[in-house]
Amino acid sequence: MSAAGKSKTIKGETGDWEIVIGMEVHAQVASQSKLFSGASTEFGAEPNSQVSFIDAGFPGMLPVINEKCVEQAVRTGLGLKAQINLRSLFDRKNYFYPDLPQGYQISQYKDPIVGEGEVYIDLKDGETIKVGIERLHLEQDAGKSLHDQHPDSSFVDLNRSGIALMEIVTKPHMRSSEEAAAFLKKLRAIVRYLGTCDGNMDEGSMRADVNVSVCKVGGYDEFRRTGSFKTLGTRCEIKNVNSMRFIAQAVEYEARRQIEVIEGGGTIAQETRLFDSRQGETRSMRSKEEAHDYRYFPDPDLLPLELDAAWVEAIKKTLPELPDEKKARFMTLGLGAYDASVLVAERELADFYEEMAKGVDAKAAANWLNNEVLGRLNRDGLSITQVPVSAAANNAIIAMVADQTISGKIAKDLLDIVWTEGGDPKQVVEARGMKQVTDTGAIDAAIEAVIAANPAKVEEVKAKPKLAAWFVGQVMKQTGGKANPAAVNAALKTRLNLPDEG
Amino acid sequence: MSDLTAMTLAEARDAVQAKKISSKELTGAFVKAIEAGRPLNAYITEAGEQAMLMADVSDRRIAKSEGGALEGLPLAIKDLFCTKGVRTTAASKILGNFVPPYESTVTQNLWDAGAVMLGKTNLDEFAMGSSNETSAFGPVFNPWRASNSNANLVPGGSSGGSSAAVAADLCLAATGTDTGGSIRQPAAVTGRVGLKPTYGRCSRFGIVAFASSLDQAGPMTKTVRDAAIMLKTMASVDAKDSTSVDVPVPDYEKLLEGGIKGLRVGIPKEYRIDGVPAEINALWTKGADWLKAQGAEIVEVSLPHTKYALPTYYIVAPAECSSNLARYDGVRFGHRASGARDITDLYEKSRGEGFGAEVQRRILIGTYVLSAGYYDAYYSRAQKLRTLIKRDFDQAFEKCDVLLTPTTPGPAFAVGAKTTDPLEMYLQDVFTVTVNLAGLPGISVPAGLTENGLPLGLQLIGKAFDEATLLRAAYAVETAADFKHSPAKWWNV
Repeated sequence: MSAAGKSKTIKGETGDWEIVIGMEVHAQVASQSKLFSGASTEFGAEPNSQVSFIDAGFPGMLPVINEKCVEQAVRTGLGLKAQINLRSLFDRKNYFYPDLPQGYQISQYKDPIVGEGEVYIDLKDGETIKVGIERLHLEQDAGKSLHDQHPDSSFVDLNRSGIALMEIVTKPHMRSSEEAAAFLKKLRAIVRYLGTCDGNMDEGSMRADVNVSVCKVGGYDEFRRTGSFKTLGTRCEIKNVNSMRFIAQAVEYEARRQIEVIEGGGTIAQETRLFDSRQGETRSMRSKEEAHDYRYFPDPDLLPLELDAAWVEAIKKTLPELPDEKKARFMTLGLGAYDASVLVAERELADFYEEMAKGVDAKAAANWLNNEVLGRLNRDGLSITQVPVSAAANNAIIAMVADQTISGKIAKDLLDIVWTEGGDPKQVVEARGMKQVTDTGAIDAAIEAVIAANPAKVEEVKAKPKLAAWFVGQVMKQTGGKANPAAVNAALKTRLNLPDEG
Repeated sequence: MSDLTAMTLAEARDAVQAKKISSKELTGAFVKAIEAGRPLNAYITEAGEQAMLMADVSDRRIAKSEGGALEGLPLAIKDLFCTKGVRTTAASKILGNFVPPYESTVTQNLWDAGAVMLGKTNLDEFAMGSSNETSAFGPVFNPWRASNSNANLVPGGSSGGSSAAVAADLCLAATGTDTGGSIRQPAAVTGRVGLKPTYGRCSRFGIVAFASSLDQAGPMTKTVRDAAIMLKTMASVDAKDSTSVDVPVPDYEKLLEGGIKGLRVGIPKEYRIDGVPAEINALWTKGADWLKAQGAEIVEVSLPHTKYALPTYYIVAPAECSSNLARYDGVRFGHRASGARDITDLYEKSRGEGFGAEVQRRILIGTYVLSAGYYDAYYSRAQKLRTLIKRDFDQAFEKCDVLLTPTTPGPAFAVGAKTTDPLEMYLQDVFTVTVNLAGLPGISVPAGLTENGLPLGLQLIGKAFDEATLLRAAYAVETAADFKHSPAKWWNV
């Protein structure tokens, strides 16, 4: 497979092109109240029901930093293995818009709370690549303009106004739409593990802007070697790509668009573009010339944010085991890299697996989860948090297979039963007589019955011992699948006088 | 005590607490005086009825001996402080009939101490001005007139309504705010006391913001003692203002009379500037002599970056104002223009109609100095200068405990005299802006009259959060100056 960070190339008329992608992700801080006010952050409330006078930009109102939001940003920074800046500044980003009541957004411009960090992403082919994080800063969200409520007026809902966002900016280290989607997925997993953002893209808790540029093959390696952006193409920022699927579509479309423009003799203008999910295309929103002059300056209502190193250390001690570490630990239990990365992608799934795997073989548990549990969830359109059979019950089933109380085939039937009917697996096995038969008397009786019914087959097997498998199958059928296959094999060999290994 | 309104805050307090007069009698007298004083245009909103109700509550508390430090004492509030349920205008059309659903922390502190609100005083629009002539509610007239003229004079600004109300006995004391001199300059030209506390001493919560890093509330009073009483109640650390500072608030009144023996008083040589009338410099010298006579040591100090203070101020203050005033957009409250085509048109029309010329000028200057390509040349250099100006004071305070300077470059001037030349108007703040840039406390004390009988003030500047020493020195100046003058009440006919 390709070396780490190699772009999937796109064939153009004039040669092969590479894609270079960077991302800016807005992640809503999980907190009860807003970044600078005590108003609630709960989703889905009546319009303008969660707005303080601060959020509405009333005269004389002053912002006061919410310590919980700062803690969440630091926690996220630590989870991204990033530099925590003990001194950071809040700046005002000035522009007029009805959903921005103060006439400025309080953000962090030159001195963000979190500096450089890194995120590792696992690709389908088992390859792992590192995506550099440029920075993470805290800022206020704006309200929401509603243009479809009244024939000639627009309405504004300020419930979101002032909610804390973390803007996480990556370095241009992604090389394909798959990598971009994998990055967002991984980032989402990390913040959900940390409990710093619920990662809910449908509710707008996580929104991504994707920066895309294209360059001729080799340009990117030159950039990574020199650090100079000269060998990269001009980037376009694609706004508000709000699902994993759209990221791939938007990147693919935008890269091809840029290649067409360049190969047609044009140049790429640095601009902001909007992804239209219905048409599957990106459209120009505003050019660099039309870009706002935000007149950033330090917010005089807020003191510099000074953090105590000991406080940061204390937060670090409370970090949960994150996906990468969990994956590494799962691998030491005997899981392959791919299986492990699938299991850790969602904290709930990993937790489910861990409980399910208690005291049983790790690999067997992973296989059971992947093939049986996830398969059924998929079929029923359910998520791991909605699974009808608990981790403990699954654990009991796997344990019964392991100690040969039931056969693997019966285990699947058993899961189907408890999946739809509920109940304790052990009791179901007892009540329905599903226990594996290891009693030689019963097996011998079944063998005799099969031999009596198929005398010709007996001769065939003696000539061709490999056909014994047919007999095993018949005996299993005779016992309703409950016979222990190993015991059946052994008994058959003795009865038919077959050689040990053929 | 024939005229209750002529009492000082301390005298009135003592009389009310001794039950010699009731708050209702006192408040009633002021309500009448305010009506008679309407030609001065000191109040934008009179709250006589509400004041009488508050006075009644106070009288009942006093009867039960439950009164607070300012129980039953009628005050005027600059109309930049948000007052719950009472219209707050910032002297601008853009706020329309805005009635705040909340109370500023400073006024809340006053009401909690039992004070009575007489009304909201006039000011320069959004506190931007030095003459109270930029108010959308018309100019305020200085109660003082020159001995040789009946021309109306300005009361200073921006707290011109408060200064006029104090000087004309239309309140016992008033609140002001000071961004570049807006308490001290009007106090000086109306012959009264004005104190700008250290930045962070009083909460800015609920005060309509002009320039957040410079704005500070303070008292405007008849005497230094009254200023000490007012500050004690106005000051507080406030969880709602991140820039308010948690330092103890001493009982300033008790510390007033400690004397100034051995106090080192700095005379900054850079404050002797061209074009300032001789009588101002003479008064300054006299002030130093008064302090020396009471045992202070006079030392010459240098504040080398003084000449950069006004230019620095006129970058920092407009920059912050351009951003602070962005919220007045006609969308949620205040004035909204009619007939707008789209949102940009709505902004332009509402703000064009709502803001007066001076406010627009400062928004434009502020927008310019923060713009891409100009930020480094203006805003960021101004911040560097601000640091140097602050350092000047730090170094001077190694040699002295307080500084003594004139408050203004001249006495009150005629209405309309400086409105055509903004730069000349800005020069009014030449001695006061440095203090705001450095975040220090400053006080103006009435010290004498011009040849034409107009009051002049001397300014004392203190170390950060050392208002106690500042007030003690001011008290010494006040005692020596023995300024007993009051304007003739020409409007009472």
